[in-house]
Amino acid sequence: MIPLTWYLILSGILFSIGAVGVLIRRNAIVIFMCIELMLNAVNLAFITFSRQLNSMDGQIFVFFIMTVAAAEAAVGLAIIIAIYRNKATVNVDDINLMKW
Amino acid sequence: MLISYLPILILLLVVMGFAISNIIISALIGRHKPTAEKLSPYECGVEPIGSARERFSVKFYIIAMMFVIFDIEVVFLYPWAVAYKSLALFGLIEMAIFIIILLVGYVYIWKRGGFEWE
Amino acid sequence: MEIVIPPFDLKSISPIIIITVFAIIILAIDVFFKKTLRDALGYFAILVVAVTGMVVGTQLGETVYSFSNMFVVDNFSVFFSLIFLVSTGIVILLSIRYTKQEGINNGEYYTLILFATMGMMLMAGGADLLTIFLGLEIMSISLYVLAGFRRDCVRSNEASLKYFLLGAFATCFLLYGIAMLYGATGTTNIKEIASFLANNPSLSNPMIVTATSLLVIGFGFKVACVPFHKWTPDVYEGAPTAITAFMSVGPKVAAFAAFARVFLVALPDVGQKWSVILWVLAALTMTVGNLVAIAQTNIKRMLAYSSIAHAGYALMAIIAGGDFGPASLIFYMLAYTFMNLGAFAVVIILGRKGEENANIEDYSGLGYKHPILAVSMCIFMFSLAGIPPFVGFIGKFYIFSAAIKNGFIILAIIGVVNCVIAVFYYLRVTVVMYMKKPVREFAPLSLSPFIIIALIITVWGTIHLGIFPGKIIALVQNSSLLY
Repeated sequence: MIPLTWYLILSGILFSIGAVGVLIRRNAIVIFMCIELMLNAVNLAFITFSRQLNSMDGQIFVFFIMTVAAAEAAVGLAIIIAIYRNKATVNVDDINLMKW
Repeated sequence: MLISYLPILILLLVVMGFAISNIIISALIGRHKPTAEKLSPYECGVEPIGSARERFSVKFYIIAMMFVIFDIEVVFLYPWAVAYKSLALFGLIEMAIFIIILLVGYVYIWKRGGFEWE
Repeated sequence: MEIVIPPFDLKSISPIIIITVFAIIILAIDVFFKKTLRDALGYFAILVVAVTGMVVGTQLGETVYSFSNMFVVDNFSVFFSLIFLVSTGIVILLSIRYTKQEGINNGEYYTLILFATMGMMLMAGGADLLTIFLGLEIMSISLYVLAGFRRDCVRSNEASLKYFLLGAFATCFLLYGIAMLYGATGTTNIKEIASFLANNPSLSNPMIVTATSLLVIGFGFKVACVPFHKWTPDVYEGAPTAITAFMSVGPKVAAFAAFARVFLVALPDVGQKWSVILWVLAALTMTVGNLVAIAQTNIKRMLAYSSIAHAGYALMAIIAGGDFGPASLIFYMLAYTFMNLGAFAVVIILGRKGEENANIEDYSGLGYKHPILAVSMCIFMFSLAGIPPFVGFIGKFYIFSAAIKNGFIILAIIGVVNCVIAVFYYLRVTVVMYMKKPVREFAPLSLSPFIIIALIITVWGTIHLGIFPGKIIALVQNSSLLY
């Protein structure tokens, strides 16, 4: 059997990939996908702990994270569509009317 | 423990080696006579129309958004379905409330014209 | 397998149920009777807030755990809920005329504000990290939409996108922290985490230390403390002004409520370690917020940086802890609600469609043209600066004395120095209003009976609580016992 630690390491790696992606990518949709990746890394961690501790709390938490992520996805896509309609770009470097 | 996976690893290496060597060998000794017909993408024998890199209408996004919301809410139906018998009437009422709230959202989208294509 | 349904107490969450049901009803009314009833939705929303407030008021004094210890009604949560409802009520009063002027008077506007309020109440009463997370997200998702409510305005879109991307990013850190804490302690319940940590050495456990720092990042973002503050000025500037007023108070207060509960109840043992981190954060937040505010020319951005600085003072209250820490936090949040919403009320009254009159220079000569408005703006500015007869002074005094009592003398000194810096930019608004000639004609004021009521309430709160704070302070001290 694969030890549970490995899942945690995988979750850590996925989380880091997502975080780095958010910081270096410039397309709003790709940034959003990286955030989803981070959320799923969290889900993996929760499931692993749930298995390790033999408690259901972690799995319940994952349910809620999934639904919240879906609601966030809907709102996020709506925001990105709205900005695309007005500016015809989703590059976050071009979305810079306000600074300082 | 991991040692039991060794045969799979060997099989994987053999398969990959076979596939890669086949591609290389055929590239080396095969004859190359490219024509326009041969280079066009294969679409079940039908002639391709236009570029494959077309933009999708933004309307697909809106449909996708609504799909995502209602799709994921189903996740809460699973635990209920598993424990349906023991939750009995209480679970049924709980789920009914949940579904009614979703239904309000559905009616809202409908009334706001979210399902109209044009 | 037999499933035992845990006892649940609908009475304990009745305010949340009421506000949710009526928010949905407002949505339905808007969809079905759009033409006839649209203007009435704002009045209806105020009524809902008032009714909810009364129901919350009856819960004062009891301590009830319900839903398998997931939700708690104690004085702390009740008092915070009342602060949320006051701020929501004032914001709705501010919105009624404003939304019409900006062409955003849809029913969704009020529904989302009520949903956000519901999320905040869930955060204040969350006794489980799951409940707190859920409340946080209900609040945040509503706010992402509200920030971008002027759909055809690029600035509003930009504010919404920035808020959304950074907010979701921060939520991931918060969640990873919760996952770590769950892995280390085996539970997400705040009380159980506390009792686990009381019996096990926590400082030597790297997982708990990591979890704590991830939680600090997550909450730090929501309360906008330096260095997680970069989104604040942009979002505040781009969002519709009424929503900016809402965002600068409600969500910040809610995040502080959850912050205090998680850190003071669940993780008191880790205290030694995290109070050093928070110490640095608080000092940075106050200093950076105040210094950058000096350089601002746009009043909304100035208020954004000022709200960052105020988050620093409030953070000091959490660091102080002890008996007075939470009490001073609650009092300061109430004070902040009145004075900050008042300042935004003036900004809204002076705004005109499309262009919100947001430059400080545009206020020059206001003292002669609209004396009453200028005087109330002065009151709010003095109060925010912490000048005596007003509530801001009492709030700051309370926090600094709590910090000194618990041995954080240097931090209190940094706070006092910052108050002095802050006087500079708050007084600049006053100086501009009275000492300068008008740059251009003032637009007709966007007045309505509701916004006048809001102004009267905020002025009254700022002055009355500043002169007679005794009653509220007694109540607050009763509410600060977290368990």
